[in-house]
Amino acid sequence: MTGLLSAVTFLPAAGALALLLVPRRMAGAQRVGALLIALAALALSLPLFLGFDADAAGYQFEEVRRWMPTLGVTYHVGIDGISLLLVLLTTFLTPLVLASAWHSIEDRVKEFVVTMLILETGMVGVFVSLDLFLFYVFWEAMLIPMYFVIGVWGGANRIYAAVKFVLYTMAGSVLMLVAILALYFQHGAATGTYTFDVPALARWVLAPGLAQNLMFLAFAFAFAIKVPLFPFHTWLPDAHVEAPTPGSVILAGVLLKMGTYGFLRFCLPFFPDASLAFGPLVFALAVIGIVYGAWVSTVQADIKKLVAYSSVSHLGFVMLGIFTLTQQGLVGGVIQMVNHGLSTGALFLMVGMIYERRHTRLIAEFGGLWKVVPAFSALFLVVTLSSVGLPGLNGFVGEFLILVGAFQVNRWLAAAATTGIIFAAVYMLWMYQRVIFGEVTHEANRGLRDLTPREWAVLVPVIVFIVWIGVYPAAFTGKTEASVEALIAQVQGKASPRSP
Amino acid sequence: MLFGGVIGRRAHWIAVPALFGSFLASCIVFAGVAGGATYTPTLFPWIVAGDFETAVAAYVDPLTGVMLLVVTGVGFLIHLYSAGYMHDDPGYARYFAYLNLFVFSMTMLVLAGNFLLLYVFWEAVGLCSYLLIGFWYTRPAAAQAGKKAFIVNRVGDFGFGLGVMWLWTALGTLDYGAVFTAVDTLPTTTATGIALLLFMGACGKSAQLPLHTWLPDAMEGPTPVSALIHAATMVTAGVYMVARSHALFERSGVALEVVAWVGVATALFAATIGLVQTDIKRVLAYSTVSQLGYMFAAVGLGAYAAGIFHLVTHAFFKALLFLGAGSVIHGLGGQQDLRKMGGLSSRMVTTTITTTVGALGLAGLPGLAGFFSKDEILAAAFHGGHRAIWALLLVGAFMTAFYSSRLLFLAFYSGPRMTKEAAHHVHESPGVMTLPLWVLAILTVVAGVAVGIPSEHGTRFARFLAPVFPVHEVAHGGGVAMMLIAMAVIVFTAGVVLAWFLYMPAPVRAEAIGRPRNPVHALLLNAWYVDALYDLAVVRPLFALSTFCARSFDVKVVDGLVNAVGRVVVAGAAGLRQIQTGYSVNYALTMLAGAVLLVAFLLAR
Repeated sequence: MTGLLSAVTFLPAAGALALLLVPRRMAGAQRVGALLIALAALALSLPLFLGFDADAAGYQFEEVRRWMPTLGVTYHVGIDGISLLLVLLTTFLTPLVLASAWHSIEDRVKEFVVTMLILETGMVGVFVSLDLFLFYVFWEAMLIPMYFVIGVWGGANRIYAAVKFVLYTMAGSVLMLVAILALYFQHGAATGTYTFDVPALARWVLAPGLAQNLMFLAFAFAFAIKVPLFPFHTWLPDAHVEAPTPGSVILAGVLLKMGTYGFLRFCLPFFPDASLAFGPLVFALAVIGIVYGAWVSTVQADIKKLVAYSSVSHLGFVMLGIFTLTQQGLVGGVIQMVNHGLSTGALFLMVGMIYERRHTRLIAEFGGLWKVVPAFSALFLVVTLSSVGLPGLNGFVGEFLILVGAFQVNRWLAAAATTGIIFAAVYMLWMYQRVIFGEVTHEANRGLRDLTPREWAVLVPVIVFIVWIGVYPAAFTGKTEASVEALIAQVQGKASPRSP
Repeated sequence: MLFGGVIGRRAHWIAVPALFGSFLASCIVFAGVAGGATYTPTLFPWIVAGDFETAVAAYVDPLTGVMLLVVTGVGFLIHLYSAGYMHDDPGYARYFAYLNLFVFSMTMLVLAGNFLLLYVFWEAVGLCSYLLIGFWYTRPAAAQAGKKAFIVNRVGDFGFGLGVMWLWTALGTLDYGAVFTAVDTLPTTTATGIALLLFMGACGKSAQLPLHTWLPDAMEGPTPVSALIHAATMVTAGVYMVARSHALFERSGVALEVVAWVGVATALFAATIGLVQTDIKRVLAYSTVSQLGYMFAAVGLGAYAAGIFHLVTHAFFKALLFLGAGSVIHGLGGQQDLRKMGGLSSRMVTTTITTTVGALGLAGLPGLAGFFSKDEILAAAFHGGHRAIWALLLVGAFMTAFYSSRLLFLAFYSGPRMTKEAAHHVHESPGVMTLPLWVLAILTVVAGVAVGIPSEHGTRFARFLAPVFPVHEVAHGGGVAMMLIAMAVIVFTAGVVLAWFLYMPAPVRAEAIGRPRNPVHALLLNAWYVDALYDLAVVRPLFALSTFCARSFDVKVVDGLVNAVGRVVVAGAAGLRQIQTGYSVNYALTMLAGAVLLVAFLLAR
């Protein structure tokens, strides 16, 4: 089905252009139109999942078109078992986010929905690009709508947060651009073919040494900021706290995954020796992130900030899994990316729902909510437990596989990371206890309205997947197995033999 | 089974028959494995990644059969009782939904056919425990206790999880059958490491030292929950797990030794605290911790059948005691304080008779179930050559007899100490609550005689489990056996008589109980200050560290460095101030433009 991938990628942007023609005052039409477009993109992406051949390791639904032949730039897109899940995560979350913003975004609705749709194109584009030039265009293009989402529809301190987000990411991106060009010229000089084609570059081996290490670090720096890997995380709490709910959901759900995805797609295959050499450093930072993120979460007063720091902890697990270079760790890492998108996305959605009602996110302002909003509280419990990694829900599958992978590399490393699951229970359940249990302590909470049908419609799909992945993960991990296996073989096959 | 929540007041019409159905199903399963057969059906592959493959699969043998009967049988009785006990609670349907979820999870825990699935339902029963302890969520103490239970269990599960990972890394499988046959290929140090990590999980779930602190607090939950989850079933999961994986623990040897000694230490430690508690449920809670210690001592000594037998009889008499205590609390309108009870024997006849049976079963009255099962453990210790363990457990038995009879005397047989107003309202519980009491009392009376009488081939119970646990031929009978029984009878009598002297001849002065008289008494009243110690040594330092990380380190050091880099760049660019507009989009565009120029430059070269 040639063209399907391009259709999924560009349908939201095309829809956004169409919405520009709808008059500004017809806000309702803008919302409905945007939702329909996002749902159409979701519908288009389903054949990707259903038609994906789980046994094939290579790229599928590939499209290659001439773009700038003199520079070796092609329009090359395709997905493997890793990007497949991330594309679906993106098309799944976008309509939910648009539906969740039905009432919370009243100002500049037209600009908002157009921005969100363009953002979706950028995000899908990042995951499907198989040409470094194309990838970089999407990578940078996606920054701008996100900047506006935070800067225009954000909270009181939104400009600071937006600027910090953009500058921080740009600092990494520029280094990556230099490394992309260096790789391009090195490859060109060595093979005589100047190309940005990812599979071609991945097939080629760069001699181990300083050049490979520097290029690895440049890529890694850009991605580590995005993940965010400790200690590059401080833009995240600011961005999350200031971003409106849709921004937070997309930021946590999809944007952070671009960092971990970058490691998988570029760092590991392009720089196998450096990846192995810097593995221990990444392990250390990942485990520090797991524990540190959990500690910092524990004492946050603002629920959103708590969830933001918990992302540092969860993404630490993903990084740990990826760099174990074991089948378990990598499959766990990929499924954990999806899990984090669902669980943390749902947490931000629910924090947003409660914020819409009370205009505060401070834990101390709540208490006894079960009595007032039992349905909200029950769903919040499911999502909380998913984030805590309760077996039977999605989070457990990813975490356990990652830890099994880590255990094979180094058991002490695994033990240190496993303490993270204790701390996760501490910060999440303590927050839950203070918000939901007890007597109603603030008069303002007494009249809160329970979930509306629209909110049910937003949350139920997420919870379905939270349970589905927890009970029958093979439906999803099965799609990534072959790709992960090929990736490991590639890294280990390409890396120079090292003395034991 | 899980949809009890939608039908409000009539939730028990679904929940209770559902449990009866599971009990019948368990009976069928039990009949199927009675011959010693083992079934291992597989449902579907669960987590698969490379050579890591685990399935949703069951493992059914006589041990599973016994556990199923206990879980669904006692579970059914407690569901029935709950229909009366929780009758006026606004969260009636929610209660039955949680309780059914628990029985489902516990059933799956004992049915699980591999370590990962065991772990899954291990945590699932923990979740139900969390939900049910915090059932009355508006009470801060209940919410706090639920969270504490979950987190302390997570500490144990930290070990359990690592044990499972290590097991897989070492053997490449987690299926019971495959693990137990391959276990002899493990180096003993590896076996010890894995077994001890798994046992750490058992310490959390079964409230053994040093992770016992959550169980007494768990008494914040409704009393039938305490009976079902925190006495009869869930807390015994650790014992079940060790017995189930006995091949692994035996391969290690050292691990079994550790299990036995942790069990003995916990049995004594908790019993000392039980001696002085004033809350009727807390006495029973510490008693449960202590009796679980006996079970671990038994399995640690290799007397697996004896440990499981004590698990079964304990499920009967401790569930009975909790339900009896619940009936008292129900009759007194929520009063749990032993000091404010007394004289109930004339007002609550059924409760008094059945609870007395339960307490005597716990104390070890010859002829009742608890006597036989405890005797099996003591005999195993004695014959196994572990004289020290035998002596210590005998001391524990003395304390057990004392606190059990103390509870009886204070609540039922001493003079009434409640206000006239309160005394007027005392009433016997309805039939739906007393029926389970009678059934459990009968079980407490007959279970020992029916299957627990020792012979030279072990008890009938042990012979039933022989396909699972090898029966060690024990020379029961003769002078030694008589001596052991005599000793058991002596400590039982001594404990009861001492309690009688302290609480019966003169009217009890309520204000004298529960007030520390000397440092030792204060130590016991405060449960050896373990909670305070943990607070001081673990909770506060971690909280301080977290606060430091969040308020100082993250803001000043990590973010400070980032801002410092930013300032250096700004200062460096001071000369270019005229193009600095302060809008980050301009910066971004400038950077993009710079990058494009760079590309152009490189291409033009």
